[in-house]
Amino acid sequence: MTAPSFWTTRRRDQLTAYVFITPALFGAVAFVFLPLVLVVWYSLHEWNVLADSFNFVGAENYQKLADDPNFPAVLRATAFFSIGLVVLNLGLALLLAVLLNQKLRGTTFFRVLFFSPVVVSLLAWTIVWGFLLQDNGGINGLLDAVGIDGPNWLRSGGTAMASVVIVQVFKNVGLNMVLFLAALQGVPQDLYEAARTDGASPWTIFRRITLPLISPTILLTSIITVVGSLQVFAQISVLTQGGPGTSTTVLVYYLYQQAFQFHAFGYGATLSVVLFLIVLALTVLQWQMRKRWVFHEH
Amino acid sequence: MSTRTKVFLYGILLVLCVPFVFPTWWMITSSFKPNAEIFSPSLWPSSWSFEPWRQVFTMQPFAQQYFNSAYIAVVVTLGTLVVASMAGYAFARIRFRGQNALFLLVLTGLLIPSEVTIVPLFRIFNSLGLVDTHWPLILVPMLGPPSVLATFIMRQFFITLPGELEEAARMDGLGRPAIFRKIALPLARPALGAVAIFTFLHSWNLYLEPVVYISSRTKYTLPQALTQFTDAYQGQLWNVQLSAASMTAIPVLIVFVLAQRQFIEGLAHTGLKG
Repeated sequence: MTAPSFWTTRRRDQLTAYVFITPALFGAVAFVFLPLVLVVWYSLHEWNVLADSFNFVGAENYQKLADDPNFPAVLRATAFFSIGLVVLNLGLALLLAVLLNQKLRGTTFFRVLFFSPVVVSLLAWTIVWGFLLQDNGGINGLLDAVGIDGPNWLRSGGTAMASVVIVQVFKNVGLNMVLFLAALQGVPQDLYEAARTDGASPWTIFRRITLPLISPTILLTSIITVVGSLQVFAQISVLTQGGPGTSTTVLVYYLYQQAFQFHAFGYGATLSVVLFLIVLALTVLQWQMRKRWVFHEH
Repeated sequence: MSTRTKVFLYGILLVLCVPFVFPTWWMITSSFKPNAEIFSPSLWPSSWSFEPWRQVFTMQPFAQQYFNSAYIAVVVTLGTLVVASMAGYAFARIRFRGQNALFLLVLTGLLIPSEVTIVPLFRIFNSLGLVDTHWPLILVPMLGPPSVLATFIMRQFFITLPGELEEAARMDGLGRPAIFRKIALPLARPALGAVAIFTFLHSWNLYLEPVVYISSRTKYTLPQALTQFTDAYQGQLWNVQLSAASMTAIPVLIVFVLAQRQFIEGLAHTGLKG
């Protein structure tokens, strides 16, 4: 009789598991957690890469943040972009999903068309819109044809931000459209039939049955869209460079300018901390709202 | 549904299509127009000029830049598939000490967008002498936040696999690594496909990181290269820029048309989990 081996199935399984998770764990620690701790530490430093200086300055960067005359404008631009994007994106996504949910031939074809910008390279999409939105570009050419003198979309304070929002809405609305379409198809048909028998109008049916039943999807997509909108960078960088003035300088773009154009890395780190806190607050809010939803479902 | 309603609905759908389809159309057709004609509102070039498409390659080392983007996206995608499927499998199917705590650790990585950590990561890569190399563009997406999302998606998939399959394989004397490779992975093809599409596009579109890390033209990736087609006075050479943009967009669009179901469902699924 042989002695039982040390390597039982269970022990072997455990070893396999640790080997399997090591790369992912290393990545999470090295490229997410360590830099997150460091960003807080750096925000307490003055760091000039050109002068090769790195000095502890305590809360000085945070004082600078409080005194920064641009910062309120940056927060405003960020909020404007995020809220504008969420409202337009979700509204349009819902409209498209409702249209595609009709019993029509060829909806698959339209679904592909509406979704196609999602897979067009972000920079290609942004560049062609930048081209169309030039003062003498395609959009104003179309407006000219119907006798409207269009503005210089990307260079006027009143239209620059709205233009950037629109470009981004058409780029990614297809994703939310597909999610809404799935939600709509999950609404039980007998509810609709019952409401129709009771003589409810299509609008009442939509408001009283469809909207409440797809509200979890609306919440989810709005959170995903807001968090995604906070990361916008390429569009701003290509279309407006944050201008005119600071009207389109959103937080990530400001962070980039401070850290990598003005070499104020300590201050850039401070702005990163602000960005993190905003994302964290939104995520906590999402958890709270999900909990309430679950409560209501019981 | 009455014919009148149908016509009405098709009318709305067609009008709504314009801002989705027109830009891509405009990008491709305008890339064949001479720069003098570029702002004429014609939907079709009056004469086809292939000069802008040629200029793309003479103004910049565009073939090299194309290769950079392609090889980086392929390496990142393959790497992410390996890392995420292994970790996702272990978290879903094996019970081990510290499992929940470690999974929670990985999961909170979903909360932290890569823009938050770019300043310290730049310092780390700078001190390692890896600025102006492709390493940050490969390592961060392959092991950082997008890979965390991929791990989560793979775990959610592996959790749904029936346990009997593995029991049966175990009776046949297969060990864990073999069960993973021969049983679980082949079944995970849809999830792997979704992760691959998402990861590839993420890498292909990466812009902030290249702008921060890369300064040599021969090391540029496509998104960065696309913004550089200007004349000596920093005026944009639209037709050349649009040619380069078309070359960046068309291959992905073709693959999308061929596999639209996988793209749409895969991206919607990964978007939902993120």
